[in-house]
Amino acid sequence: MRAIITILVIAALASVPLWLRDPYLLNALITTGIFVIGAMSLNLLLGFTGQLSLGHIAFFGIGAYVSALTSLGFDIGLPGGLRLVHTPWPPIIGFVLAILIAGLCGYFVGLLSFRVRGAYFVIVTISFAEVVRLVALNWVELTQGPLALTNIPSIALPLPGFGELTLRTKMQNYYLVLVVALTAYFLIARLVHSHFGRSMRGLMENETLAVSVGIDVTRTLTVAAVISAAIAGAAGSLYAHYIRIIDPEVFAFINTVTMVIMVISGGKGSLAGPVVGGLIFGLLPVALRPVMAPEAQWIAYGGVLIAILFVLPRGIVPSLAQRLTRRRSATTALAPVALTETGAKEPA
Amino acid sequence: MSEFLQHLINMLVLGGTYALLGIGLTLIFGIMNVVNFTHGVLYTFGAYIMFIVVQQLGLNFFLALPVAVLAGWLLGAAIELTLLRPLRGSDIDTTMLVMIGAWIAMQSGTLWIWGGVAKSVATPFPEAPLVLGPVSVSWLRLFVLAAAALLILVTYLLINKTSLGRAMRATFQDHDTASLMGVNVDMIYTSTFAIGSSLAAAAGALLGPVYVIFPQMGDLAAVKAFAIVILGGLGNITGAVIGGFILALAEELGAGYVSSGYRDAMGFLIIIAVLIFRPTGLFARAERVG
Repeated sequence: MRAIITILVIAALASVPLWLRDPYLLNALITTGIFVIGAMSLNLLLGFTGQLSLGHIAFFGIGAYVSALTSLGFDIGLPGGLRLVHTPWPPIIGFVLAILIAGLCGYFVGLLSFRVRGAYFVIVTISFAEVVRLVALNWVELTQGPLALTNIPSIALPLPGFGELTLRTKMQNYYLVLVVALTAYFLIARLVHSHFGRSMRGLMENETLAVSVGIDVTRTLTVAAVISAAIAGAAGSLYAHYIRIIDPEVFAFINTVTMVIMVISGGKGSLAGPVVGGLIFGLLPVALRPVMAPEAQWIAYGGVLIAILFVLPRGIVPSLAQRLTRRRSATTALAPVALTETGAKEPA
Repeated sequence: MSEFLQHLINMLVLGGTYALLGIGLTLIFGIMNVVNFTHGVLYTFGAYIMFIVVQQLGLNFFLALPVAVLAGWLLGAAIELTLLRPLRGSDIDTTMLVMIGAWIAMQSGTLWIWGGVAKSVATPFPEAPLVLGPVSVSWLRLFVLAAAALLILVTYLLINKTSLGRAMRATFQDHDTASLMGVNVDMIYTSTFAIGSSLAAAAGALLGPVYVIFPQMGDLAAVKAFAIVILGGLGNITGAVIGGFILALAEELGAGYVSSGYRDAMGFLIIIAVLIFRPTGLFARAERVG
């Protein structure tokens, strides 16, 4: 049953560019898809280890800058009169480097910030993202600062025997984002249902108990942070090569908040949650654009976040799943309540 | 040397308002365990009250300050009653996200009402600065320092010498026991949030006329307030005052001797360094208010 639904959803998503001809909507879907990948990676930390990282956009932005700089090249001065010159490499190498370097940053940030918990963890992660933003803004020689990196080349896929395929059209980019998003989704799903995934959930439910049964908390959290950061870096790279211009505003706190809203509204700790929440909040501005001024949209955004936390604190997907499970168990009298992926968890 | 003295003078002026911001946040964070993302908006709000009273209503500059403090108090109490009281007992992440939602909505509201163009406030002080040997300081900045010092003193007396302050300190130590001793904990939470908010509004009202007033001015102020609270230790008012001056000094020296582009990075670097090397804050023996 579950496999059929999965295949149907994938088929529906894959068919979109075939019937949706409006370039504006397709563009909105592509950028939403990129942010959904970011939200899924955030969910790995927030939903499955319980750590609220509000600096997540840093890894997205680092991925974007790494990928852009790899494919544009740079020439910077180093202390001692040396110069570091990099000639442009194909964007696909930038994509791989973005994943690796964002993951490496995730490792170091995790190493430092997992020494503290709760509010302090949140504040350290925000500070990290802001420091990275200020570096991107002030290291003009490397990043062009507020002038932005422009003319970032589109991703080109090497096709053995046929040369390479440069992804220029919206439809091509849509499928690229879809493939990366599906890869990230199934990677996270595998991880969450593995032994490692149970360790993560264990320490989210009760850290002291997790330690006492032998879970290496710092190692588990750091591994989760590395994978999460690497996926965010991949999303950032897609963003850079699709939008083809990036400036330090990519690190803005509001972008992290957008991802958090996607995860929380869809349901943290549920695999489908960030996808559902991401599609709603990514496409909401498109729907609201004709009727509301941008400032009013943001007011609504804040209001909706508050409303969701008050009305559906666990998010849309877990609440719906619980309702379905309850109805099914009501019809089959005394049937054991199915411990679905989301139904098994106590409300946070 | 004279350059260094000038940095010290600037540090005193900036540090006074930072201390106000820090005290407000450390009270809220310490007593209510709420990571208050609306603190920066209250700072912005205070500055806009100043703009309304002085520029739009044409009233006296010195009257505008108490109006801003009172307005901050009322808005803070309203936020606490509508958003935080129903969430009492929820986990810290939920209240934090609700506060983020309130911050986004209120900041966008400011942008909607007054637009993104920066506003300035006319002050009754003479243009010519006061020159003391090698350093100079404007009369407006001197007034800001004096007003901030007065407000810090008033807050200190409120916390340490009044029965409301005693109840607040008791709630900080153990809200269950305080409740058993007849302290109305709900009322204490509302008062704490209102007092903290009014101090943030006061800081905005004081610094707004020094710089310019725009809807996003509170974002950095909020982060700086977090840096100060972390430096000084949770709920530690004296620590918040010292933390405010340390942050101001770090910013002045960073901007003066490293690069002005990294002035605002100082707060974040302090947060990261303190939390990694001394997570209880620089001055904390034990967590307490007062």
